[in-house]
Amino acid sequence: MKSTSTKVVAGLVLLVALVLAGVVSRFASGAPDGLTKVSEDHGFAHTGKIHDGVLGGYGGLTGVVGVLLVLGLAGGVTYAVRRREHDEDRSE
Amino acid sequence: MHVPDGFLDAPTSLGTGVVAAAAIGVALKGARRELDDRTAPLAGLVAAFIFATQMLNFPVASGTSGHLLGGALAAILVGPYTGLLCMATVFLVQCLLFADGGITALGTNIDLMGLVTVVVGWTVFKTLQAVLPKRLSMVAPAAGIAALVSVPVAALGFVLLYAIGGTVDVPLGQLATAMVGVHVLIGFGEAAITALAVGSIVAVRPDLVYAARPVLEKRALVVRSAPDRASA
Repeated sequence: MKSTSTKVVAGLVLLVALVLAGVVSRFASGAPDGLTKVSEDHGFAHTGKIHDGVLGGYGGLTGVVGVLLVLGLAGGVTYAVRRREHDEDRSE
Repeated sequence: MHVPDGFLDAPTSLGTGVVAAAAIGVALKGARRELDDRTAPLAGLVAAFIFATQMLNFPVASGTSGHLLGGALAAILVGPYTGLLCMATVFLVQCLLFADGGITALGTNIDLMGLVTVVVGWTVFKTLQAVLPKRLSMVAPAAGIAALVSVPVAALGFVLLYAIGGTVDVPLGQLATAMVGVHVLIGFGEAAITALAVGSIVAVRPDLVYAARPVLEKRALVVRSAPDRASA
């Protein structure tokens, strides 16, 4: 049995992430989330301060930009700290 | 569950920031053991997937929604240390670019939705893996249960922080009941998404799922021992 290549799996995960962020996000619920609702019900919602984000809110395009940015940042950090194949030889 | 600026006082926010920075420091060291040339590129994708899925609020009760937190999912897919790095990246981008979660609350959000869900999710998963049959078919259901537990525990974490440094006097028992109640419901969504995502990758490439490797290694040993016995 031939297994799916890592590149294909990676491509599919990226495709799913982009479709979720770019398209499916339009159908997300606009209701307050659990903590926001609890803060409203218990009288401390007014203490929350909202700052301006560089990209504002999530939309189709900004969501896609966010996905790619997270991919680059997290991918870069984890790639930098990874264990190299010849590390063991060098340390001994 | 993104905490905005202003819910917690400055000393508490500073404290959670120190905890988050220390946790990231530990994770940077620990992640080295989890990542090699083959698995490193996948960690970025896991972070990207969690970022995308966190945008998808699903309705849970009248006028309330929730979304995936993702710490259990990240820990199971890429390992707990790498998982925390993925989660921290997601919260950093959300906070700076999308104003989702406060800037002074960044440490709080990394602690609650990253550190707590990674540690609880991973601990529950490893406990289940120890008692359940060592089969690949057990990985996704165990991941779902780990994810379910992680969400209300993170909600309790918020109540604890609010007890220490909340800016309004709120009856803590009522706050805890409300937070845990709604986040158990959100936890079921978390469980469904986590089990589906983990199950999908286990189905095509179980070797790419960090938490499935002990099961695979055991299976590989059994296969290898057969010809040895035949020749002896």
